[in-house]
Amino acid sequence: MTLAPSGPGDGPVLVAMSGGVDSSVAAALLVEAGYDVTGVTMKLWGGDSDSGCCSVSDVDDARRVAQQLDIAFHVFNFGEGFTAHVVDPYVRAHAEGVTPNPCIECNRHLKFDALLRRAEALGFATVATGHHARIVQGPNGVRRLARGADGAKDQSYVLHMLDQDQLARVVLPLGHLTKDRVRAHAARLGLRTAAKPDSQDVCFITSTGGRSTFLGDRIPLRAGRVVDTDGTEVGTVGAVELVTVGQRRGLAPGRDGTARYALAVDIPTATVTVGTAAQLDRSAITLQQVVWAHEPVLGEVLVQCSAHGTPVAATLVATSSGGGADTVAELTVELATPMRRVAPGQSVVFYAADEVLGGGIVTP
Amino acid sequence: MTAYLDHAASTPPRPEAVEAMLPFLRDSYGNPSGTHPMARAARKAIDEAREVVAEALGAQPGEVVFTSGGTESDNLAVFGVLDQRVATGAGAIAVASAVEHHAVLDPVVSRHGRLVSVDARGRIDLEGLAAALDPTVALVSVMAVNNEVGTIQPLDEIAALVRRLAPDAVIHTDAVQAVQWLDLGHLGSLVDLVSISGHKFGGPKGAGALVVRDGVALAAQALGGGQERERRSGTQNVAGIVGLGAALRVTLDSRDTVVERTTKLRDRLLDGLLASVPDLIETGAGPPADHGGPDRSHRIPGIAHVCIPGVDSESLLFLLEKAEVYASAASSCASGAMEPSHVLAGMGVATEVAAGSLRLSLGYASVDGDVDAVLAAVPPAVERLRLFS
Repeated sequence: MTLAPSGPGDGPVLVAMSGGVDSSVAAALLVEAGYDVTGVTMKLWGGDSDSGCCSVSDVDDARRVAQQLDIAFHVFNFGEGFTAHVVDPYVRAHAEGVTPNPCIECNRHLKFDALLRRAEALGFATVATGHHARIVQGPNGVRRLARGADGAKDQSYVLHMLDQDQLARVVLPLGHLTKDRVRAHAARLGLRTAAKPDSQDVCFITSTGGRSTFLGDRIPLRAGRVVDTDGTEVGTVGAVELVTVGQRRGLAPGRDGTARYALAVDIPTATVTVGTAAQLDRSAITLQQVVWAHEPVLGEVLVQCSAHGTPVAATLVATSSGGGADTVAELTVELATPMRRVAPGQSVVFYAADEVLGGGIVTP
Repeated sequence: MTAYLDHAASTPPRPEAVEAMLPFLRDSYGNPSGTHPMARAARKAIDEAREVVAEALGAQPGEVVFTSGGTESDNLAVFGVLDQRVATGAGAIAVASAVEHHAVLDPVVSRHGRLVSVDARGRIDLEGLAAALDPTVALVSVMAVNNEVGTIQPLDEIAALVRRLAPDAVIHTDAVQAVQWLDLGHLGSLVDLVSISGHKFGGPKGAGALVVRDGVALAAQALGGGQERERRSGTQNVAGIVGLGAALRVTLDSRDTVVERTTKLRDRLLDGLLASVPDLIETGAGPPADHGGPDRSHRIPGIAHVCIPGVDSESLLFLLEKAEVYASAASSCASGAMEPSHVLAGMGVATEVAAGSLRLSLGYASVDGDVDAVLAAVPPAVERLRLFS
């Protein structure tokens, strides 16, 4: 087994090890390729966790793998930044009826910002992770994040915020491998994470308590009315803050027996408007906080609206510019075919074929 | 050449301790509770170690209970006293300083005890202690020397206050960090319970002791074979105890010279850092003494603790490790990540200053070259981290 074609160049490599099989094998491949590798686990969340990432036993797994690979291993506490940039905004957003993607914000602020900066200060030219995505470089020198070889495990969506500077300093050793081959390699090396289940869901929300317990401990959850599009009250929900646009679960079918979806959530009046799947369809999405891998690309692209969603054809139209001439801070995604409304706070990522161009966050 | 500046975490083993242990790891494996010659040999060895501990702490040999280390000794002291008082229906309130080691702090907090604040040097607030005391108090636990910053607590004054205001209270002191540095020969008459740990003075890990003064009722926490006079069941760690005793013997015999030598090293270390690292703070230093330098009389010589604004401990330790200088910062949590220090918080050190804490701890094995290595490694590391912050 070999490294991804775009290796880390010379110099020591810092590998972010979560305690899962992917980052274990990423570290192993770099060691086998002869790099000077140091493992680090980012301690992000101090509370309960059963997601397969971030708990003390996950740190133990990462440490044991580092021992087996005979590399130095450190635990760095980024808990403060994680709370400030991921957890607190997640909680605040729900109080405003917005559903953010915390994994994207963790990548944006912690893994590919705080850790990259820490690595540079400590003398590491590059940081490697076990994400399933590739970094490719065009003849013009421009780097692009591209989908991983294992389509089912592709993580380019949650890494879409990487810019040229970050792409130049990040190494993704697994991008050309399928998950099966990653696990097989871990098993061959006898790594204790070889058969560990993939991490699930949000690391700071336990499967036992769920979102309701987590948010209920931090913000008041209020019961709400469920109304039809003509304003007729058709039911109630236990907590409007837990309802996501597009959701069907927990909502009673309409009088005609067909499923009802949350079309809109209005927190101030504690009202959830429901309707049919057809009423949920939109032909355009407006985005803010748009970021680009290299420079703004308007016109025809593919867009993906969730971590493992199907890419669909769309046209990007700029609606406002940001600070400089080359930036687009807000834009409209005009969909070739209407699709279900994407919840405010979620990310939409733009692709050309399998390469990431950029992405943005759905406006409320 | 590696510079080991983490003696407060663990000391290099004294060669005498290793030699003394070896027979009990090989051929002399008898159970000290048995009756035959091999058992008697083991029993003799731990009873000889018991006499050394008793001598060091001013106790009778029968008052020495061997344990697995400082944490078990501390837990046995706190829970043993409180459980005993609860069983007899007496008051079961514990009082401790806010800067105790977690092995005392967590048991006291778990029993809803009272914590007494410390001053900027880390010394307990005696007025605060007086306010926390009343006749219902069952246990007062104040450490002899703080493990993070090295502050010596005024145990004489503390004991006098407790005897006056809480006459029924048992006094415990965690002396784990004191054995190498202070003459503890008076402790047995001053307080009721004393914890020590072998690997903090050249002995092995996994061996410690709790002195339990005669007449102090203690509910055992480990029940079973009734070893250690029913106060701590379980077959004794014979080799460990023998190593502890041998290390303690050498420590007692060499203490004056080690203290004198280490004080010079510590002063050169701190003065050198203060001179070469801008804005470096000697944690909890007193106002300048007569000679003009910082007053360090309230500190053991073994710990040099500083805070470096604009630097985070994890990164600093990483760069020092690259320079083969091994030190530590605040206490680590279960995952191994650095946690904010309750000791620095208790001393009123601002969070952002405490984030750049560095504990350089010296011991009997420290040499001039160690100090040279630190003075060579720290300034460029700090400069680099400040450049990137």
